[in-house]
Amino acid sequence: MNVEAMYQDIILDHYKHPRGRHLLAEPAGESHQVNPTCGDEVTVQVSLDADGNLVLGYEGQGCSISQASASVMSEMLTGEPPQHANDVRAGFVSMMHSRGEGEPDEDLLGDGIAFVGVAKYPARIKCALLPWMALQDAEARAGIDVSTGSAIEGEAGS
Amino acid sequence: MTEPLDVERIRKDFPILGRTVRGDRPLVYLDSGATSQKPLAVLDAERAFYETSNAGVHRGAHQLAEEATEVYESSRAAVAGFVGAHADDVVFTKNSTESLNLASYAFSNATAKAAFSADAVDPRFVLRPGDSIVVTQMEHHANLVPWQEVCAKTGAELRWIGLTDDGRLDLGELDRIVDVTTKVVSVVHQSNILGTVNPVARIMERAKAVGALGVVDASQSVPHLQVAVADLGADLVAWTGHKMLGPTGIGVLWGRREVLEAMPPFITGGSMIETVFMEHSTYAAPPKRFEAGTPMVAQAVGLAAAVRYLEDLGMDNVAAHEHMLAGYALERLAALRGVRVIGPTQNVDRGSAISFVVDGIHPHDVGQFLDDRGVAVRVGHHCAWPTCRRFGVPATTRISPYVYNDTSDIDVAVEGILAAQNFFGV
Repeated sequence: MNVEAMYQDIILDHYKHPRGRHLLAEPAGESHQVNPTCGDEVTVQVSLDADGNLVLGYEGQGCSISQASASVMSEMLTGEPPQHANDVRAGFVSMMHSRGEGEPDEDLLGDGIAFVGVAKYPARIKCALLPWMALQDAEARAGIDVSTGSAIEGEAGS
Repeated sequence: MTEPLDVERIRKDFPILGRTVRGDRPLVYLDSGATSQKPLAVLDAERAFYETSNAGVHRGAHQLAEEATEVYESSRAAVAGFVGAHADDVVFTKNSTESLNLASYAFSNATAKAAFSADAVDPRFVLRPGDSIVVTQMEHHANLVPWQEVCAKTGAELRWIGLTDDGRLDLGELDRIVDVTTKVVSVVHQSNILGTVNPVARIMERAKAVGALGVVDASQSVPHLQVAVADLGADLVAWTGHKMLGPTGIGVLWGRREVLEAMPPFITGGSMIETVFMEHSTYAAPPKRFEAGTPMVAQAVGLAAAVRYLEDLGMDNVAAHEHMLAGYALERLAALRGVRVIGPTQNVDRGSAISFVVDGIHPHDVGQFLDDRGVAVRVGHHCAWPTCRRFGVPATTRISPYVYNDTSDIDVAVEGILAAQNFFGV
């Protein structure tokens, strides 16, 4: 696999045209995550709408992988129930730890499957997971149950 | 004109440079600022030590112990000789970070001790609110965070010398920043991120004038320049082995003897004592006072072999070669649209480590494209996050060549930058 294959069109498109990139007026929970090895940063905010579905806000700066991942996550999970977000997060985390082996579940992960190639580059896995870590933390701070998804731990690096 | 170094011959001494990466790409190693590769002479020296003379040093009544002690101490002499120093003034540590912590802990340990028994400590190491410690805005975290900790423990104030837009120290304010309150001035000789070579002797002179102790982080200068520690005018100088063709796990702290003798120990335990009773202990003279526990003997042997290798090349030749590479790289980068060097763009008082940013492409993505062409570079904040912030960039891409690189390596890197620009459409 060459580098062009890692940068799927979906990733480049989300990097150049991020979806839903804004901050919320009154977030119920917020998390700022940094990748201390490289300085990538992302802030994810969350609240619930009247139906109990997720409202997401985010902003950040960093490489194409971290910022596209935030955009894909925002597009996929906005308006979804938190339980579903937990399932998607678990699937995304599992895919990122797959070393690029196996077929990711497109029905569950949607555009998120574009990141499967990134899983072959250990140094970039943290980039892809950064916004998902931030979401999990923001939800927890908002009192949303995140326990059913697989917790993302120890990805922040040194 | 003859080239200062015969790169083709040198490369034969580094087996790793013969391998391919990312499929069939020849490795182009431009990350020596992170760690250098090791020549066969270093690997052979470590292996020979283990095969013939391995034993505990400074103890044991047998022949192997004698031989191991002899090679450990002769390695110290070789490393000392490399920087024009006396062996007794060279302390072996784990790396530069440990060397700088050894220096900074002298202050926090002396300050803690002074609270109980003032007569046991040298007042130069005792800090209190109202005192100041001076660093620069281009320090590696290893020469910043330890001093932040000392300030937090003692109430001293941390000050720093700022930078000009072209990546030089702004010394116009030196006399105001380093004043009578200053107890330590700790500055980097050659910046790992900007490549700047700082006029440390001038800064150390100011430190001396106000009675402050002077510390120099020479991690990026000793491997690349002819450094004679005495010329720096410092009291303590720290560097590491693995960036100068030596093994990981061994660093150096050189100190003026009188200063080392006045310093309290850092890590305590075996080997660093003179006498031990249940109630108290007395400590060995430097350098042993600062080498608690079983030392890294094989690594010292490896570092001595690295020193001999560099001496055979001639440090003036190494510096001239890198100066040529820096000039070539600066010229090629300057010709690229949308590429900005972070650090001095003039090839004067600068080393060959060159950081840059590419408009519209994050350094991680630049690094990925270079990696795809077999080019190993460092991306990120280079453990100099405040320096990145000073220049308004979250991170940079850095090329850092060494004795085994030539201009063709720079060319491959430039091709990778162009490919990334093409791919990202910027």
